[in-house]
Amino acid sequence: TPVCYWFSLHQPALKDEEEFTDILEERRRTTDLGYALRTFNPQPYKGAPTLSTSDLNKAVLESQYLCYIIKEIAMETGSSVEKVKEDASRILKEMSHNLQLGFIRLMGYTLNKVFKRLYRSIYVNMEGLNMLQQAIQESPVILIPNHRSYVDFLIISYILFTYDIPVPVIAAGIHVAIIGGLLRRSGAFYIRRAIGSDKLYWAVLLEYVQTIVRTGYAPLEFYVEGFRSRTLKSLVPKLGMMDMVLEPYFKGEVFDITLVPISISYDRVLEESLLALELLGVPRPKESITGLFKASGVLQEDYGCMHVNFGRPLSARQLCEGKINWSEYNLIPRNLPQRPTAETQDCVNWLAHLIVRTQEEGSLISPWSLMACLLLQTPFTTLTEEGLQWHQLTEKTLWLRKLVLDFGARLNWPGGWANSEVMSSTVALHHSIVHHKEDRIYLVQDEDPARQDPLSPEEGVMRMAVVVLMLVSYRNQALHVFVRPGILATAIHITKNTRKDELFSFFCFLQDVFSNEFIFIPGSAVQDFEEACSLLQKCGAVHISQQEVTVLETGLEVLSFLQKLLQPFLDSYQLMFRYLCEKEDHVFTEEQFLPDVRNLATKLILSGDLRTFEVLSSDTQKNVLSALRRLEAVTKLRMESDGGNISTE
Amino acid sequence: MCHTFPALTSDRSSRICSLLYKHGSSMASNSSGSDSSDRQRIAQQRLSVIAGHLQRPVEGNSGILAAECKAQGDKLDVSSERRTVPRRRQEIMKWNGWGYSDSKFLYNKKGQAEFTGKRYRLSGMIIPGLREWMESTFGANLQHKTPAAPILNSSAVQPPTLNEAFLKELKSTGIPFSHDAEDRVFRSHGHCLHEIFALREGKIGRVPDLVVWPNCHNDVVKIVELACKHNVCLMPYGGGTSVSSALECPPEETRSIVSLDTSQMNRILWIDEKNLTAHVEAGIVGQDLERLLNESGYCTGHEPDSMEFSSLGGWVATRASGMKKNIYGNIEDLVVHIKMVTPQGVIEKSCQGPRMSTGPDVHHFIMGSEGTLGVVTEVTMKIRPMPEYQKYGSVVFPNFEMGVACLREVARQRCAPASIRLMDNEQFKFGHALKPQVSSIFTSFLDGLKKFYITKFKGFDPNRLCVATLLFEGDREKVLQHEKQVYDIAAKFGGLAAGEDNGQRGYMLTFVIAYLRDLGMDYYVIGESFETSVPWDRVLDICRNVKARIVRECKDKGVQFPPLSTCRVTQTYDAGACVYFYFAFNYRGLSDPVHVYEQVEHAAREEILANGGSLSHHHGVGKLRKEWMRETISSVGMGMLKSVKDYVDPNNIFGNRNLL
Repeated sequence: TPVCYWFSLHQPALKDEEEFTDILEERRRTTDLGYALRTFNPQPYKGAPTLSTSDLNKAVLESQYLCYIIKEIAMETGSSVEKVKEDASRILKEMSHNLQLGFIRLMGYTLNKVFKRLYRSIYVNMEGLNMLQQAIQESPVILIPNHRSYVDFLIISYILFTYDIPVPVIAAGIHVAIIGGLLRRSGAFYIRRAIGSDKLYWAVLLEYVQTIVRTGYAPLEFYVEGFRSRTLKSLVPKLGMMDMVLEPYFKGEVFDITLVPISISYDRVLEESLLALELLGVPRPKESITGLFKASGVLQEDYGCMHVNFGRPLSARQLCEGKINWSEYNLIPRNLPQRPTAETQDCVNWLAHLIVRTQEEGSLISPWSLMACLLLQTPFTTLTEEGLQWHQLTEKTLWLRKLVLDFGARLNWPGGWANSEVMSSTVALHHSIVHHKEDRIYLVQDEDPARQDPLSPEEGVMRMAVVVLMLVSYRNQALHVFVRPGILATAIHITKNTRKDELFSFFCFLQDVFSNEFIFIPGSAVQDFEEACSLLQKCGAVHISQQEVTVLETGLEVLSFLQKLLQPFLDSYQLMFRYLCEKEDHVFTEEQFLPDVRNLATKLILSGDLRTFEVLSSDTQKNVLSALRRLEAVTKLRMESDGGNISTE
Repeated sequence: MCHTFPALTSDRSSRICSLLYKHGSSMASNSSGSDSSDRQRIAQQRLSVIAGHLQRPVEGNSGILAAECKAQGDKLDVSSERRTVPRRRQEIMKWNGWGYSDSKFLYNKKGQAEFTGKRYRLSGMIIPGLREWMESTFGANLQHKTPAAPILNSSAVQPPTLNEAFLKELKSTGIPFSHDAEDRVFRSHGHCLHEIFALREGKIGRVPDLVVWPNCHNDVVKIVELACKHNVCLMPYGGGTSVSSALECPPEETRSIVSLDTSQMNRILWIDEKNLTAHVEAGIVGQDLERLLNESGYCTGHEPDSMEFSSLGGWVATRASGMKKNIYGNIEDLVVHIKMVTPQGVIEKSCQGPRMSTGPDVHHFIMGSEGTLGVVTEVTMKIRPMPEYQKYGSVVFPNFEMGVACLREVARQRCAPASIRLMDNEQFKFGHALKPQVSSIFTSFLDGLKKFYITKFKGFDPNRLCVATLLFEGDREKVLQHEKQVYDIAAKFGGLAAGEDNGQRGYMLTFVIAYLRDLGMDYYVIGESFETSVPWDRVLDICRNVKARIVRECKDKGVQFPPLSTCRVTQTYDAGACVYFYFAFNYRGLSDPVHVYEQVEHAAREEILANGGSLSHHHGVGKLRKEWMRETISSVGMGMLKSVKDYVDPNNIFGNRNLL
């Protein structure tokens, strides 16, 4: 069963899969130009005819599917087929990539320079690359990295070019003139942000993507999370692209599709401060070259290491076995549009979650993430005023290191270094967030030298929030390791119950409430619960019998850590629920909701009644609204003028 | 009175034999010009008309005694001496392999493959390329042999469970029967891989307890009556060529199982030249039917690949399809009238109108019933004058995709020749390996030149190209015209005409390929073919996916060598095509090769269904594919079939448990 397969992903990784190689090391020894001009002769998908960009576009425009839709639209709108065809052609032009080897070389040259400056090392698991190389020759390959930074946009292409593997075409959501053109030539194609109900656009996109998949034209890369995660926490997957990509397999047009989850982990994210500002409602800068470079602040900064972990290639065929009813595809001509059944949608949803979970499993946790978890559990006054004792932080961090290793996470703890060295170099790397003074650790609080008047209390909260949210995002990088046992710890803490079945039902309730916040594979509640139980048992926190879960004296530290780790989410959700309950007006707009909640939260923070800043984050607020809509507590109404009307029920 | 059609004295070889057999080396196309044979043919036709007039009607006279019909038959049916299938099949056929005992592939002392016997065009010839092909395709090795058990060990056969009361009454009818172990074993199996594999190992499971040989319709009526009376399980047996486990005795059957062998009901009862129909006993095998009709200048044109051994009744009971269906139609198009004996009595229509609107066609309960409702005893079939001219042909395509596109276009224009088949690259290579030794240097030089032209000059990739074989039939003018039309279409898809020889050899191989499996089984190679029908838009996908699935499954199941996984498109229809898959592998290193084989075939069938293919185009369901019936025809459909079975055969006398 697929569940078993999922468990097989948990198998201990082979030794060489764990081994990472610093690919920058060799780059530092050779010239950038020599690198860019190296021979590039990858082995493509077997039997794939080599298709030029214009052939690809022609095949898309002449496809039976698109012709059918064009005719249908012409009928519906009363315009001529030629006219609709022209529109389609225009859409395709706006969308299509223009992958050119010359530009790949240029990109390689540039990235070489940039990466060498920004990063100490870029670690790649070579075994993963080998498996990918193999997979590409056997079936169409979909590369699915997580998305945490603009830097990861071209990193995969850069690595594949370096190792003589066909460079991917990349589904991109951004569209800006200059950089757009460059990226287009590096293999990016563009998808509009809001497609809505534009039938023609959807049709062109679908045919374009599927032609690439069907022909094995090149590996296709897209972000299943849909967006760059501002919180560095995995986002609930978007299903549109996943659906499109898998359909050729569902229809039998290809024998199999290989999905390769890729986990990119950063010691320090280039746009860390921007992320916090965006989450607090400061509009993000335009995505242009200047924006990007401004975002990076100065290229002189040290961003530590980057890890790119190529996951084991997953066979869509194997994963979907028994989940798809093929006969639904047998009774309708292949080239006609077909809405997937609920069964198929469930399968795609499940698969997308599985991919994101696999990305999580594959990502590396840095010492800094552990520290962030701990710092956020320290009273803020300690961090801002008296400072946290260095030895205390060190002790706790080492304790937590043991815990994450017990929980089976991949930890990026530099080998061959003394623990104190690791601690101090980590803190030094994150000097924008903390500083180390006289054996104490303090949060960095920017002083604005231009400012004369003292800050208002509200402004103080916002300024504190910026640095706290940065810390939060690094904590988030480690959250996936703790979330399942954390929810169990929370359930134990709240219910004070020891009966396994009751804990399980509360566990399920919490999963249900927070499933927009954390990645839970649909239908895996039982396994998640079992996993949580066994992890807590393994670290000696609880004793588990047939029916009872008993807290052990030795486990209080772990349980309290886990429960406090998730407390900000509970507090944030509760605050917003209370706000909605107390609200007299049952219809409100999204634009109104966000600042209202922020104001309320700020007041509560100032009065000392709320201890988390995360409620200020627009991400949390959006997740709460999504969760409430999913749970059918609120519903979204469409207004004539704009689209953001929400009503409580 | 069971009159039979008087045999004619002509010793002309039949045309079908010219394709099949060596001694008929003059091709039908060549014989059309001969004056004397024309005159002879007309004379024969006239004779047959007279014979038809002299004949008394057979039907509707239920008072006829079985014994009488048998006695008459024996006396009058001179031609029965020339019938292919004797009661004791073991006299001419293998007990644990395909076909005639005297015909088989083997490696001679020099290590060259040869085909023994005198019956086929390939008989007595050396096939130089076969060994290398077997070694390179399967990793087979002449040193590693897996010989079959040489003789049938009768003591391994369970003693029969006899129903004494039934037996006693049966004896009194005078209908021949036997409970000899060999006779019973012969009727206990078809030609599925697992059936033959078990026989080769000398393993024998449940076999029928008794074999009866009715001589005519009334004998069958008698047997069915007795079976009902004594609650005996009847299993009709025709040619024994089933590949659906249809002849396997259900292991759970506790009653005495009687195999009803129709092979002696093999007469053409009359030929109606006004309406172009022939009334034939259902036990006749294909080659006899064609040969006898040919003697009168007619043919049915129904030529399934198994036609040497498969019977008319079997075709009806499984909805058979013939190679030349494009001209003559499949069995459902050919049948005009059917008589079937069921536990509820005889079912037949009252007239022979060419089409009727009288509710659902009851023939369609019979066709495809796979022996679960009764025994088909007599069939009226359409016949056609023999074609004046036949011509083979072949076309080479740069790749399989182009080949399929061409076949689709041919079907769109509805100009398919009598037969058109497209083999994939692996089969093309296989066909090549089966080329007999060429006698002249000139021929091999020409072959070399052709190969050079196609691969070097035209740039075809030898590992991608594929070939279509063609058979045209009709009057000379039209055939030539038709040929041109088809070659013109082929040219649009990059096809190059590749000669008559290649085409003819392709069709000849159809008949010997079944023998080849036995050779493989001597050297650790097991395999089989299976078929499906699929809409045009899925042909390429199904071919690719099923072949890939087979390869993947073999790998997963621990098969040590890459399997042969190949396909061909064998029939074209307006809305789709029939696709045949061939699958074989070297099983060295596997503890239970048949189980592995069955798992892979099962997976391949799942793949076929997932890709929009049918459960079967013409092999039928039997017991092998029963598990997919409900999803294939829906629960309501199953209920419909079930209710027919419940009415016609409430006590499950026809208890072979096929289909449902």
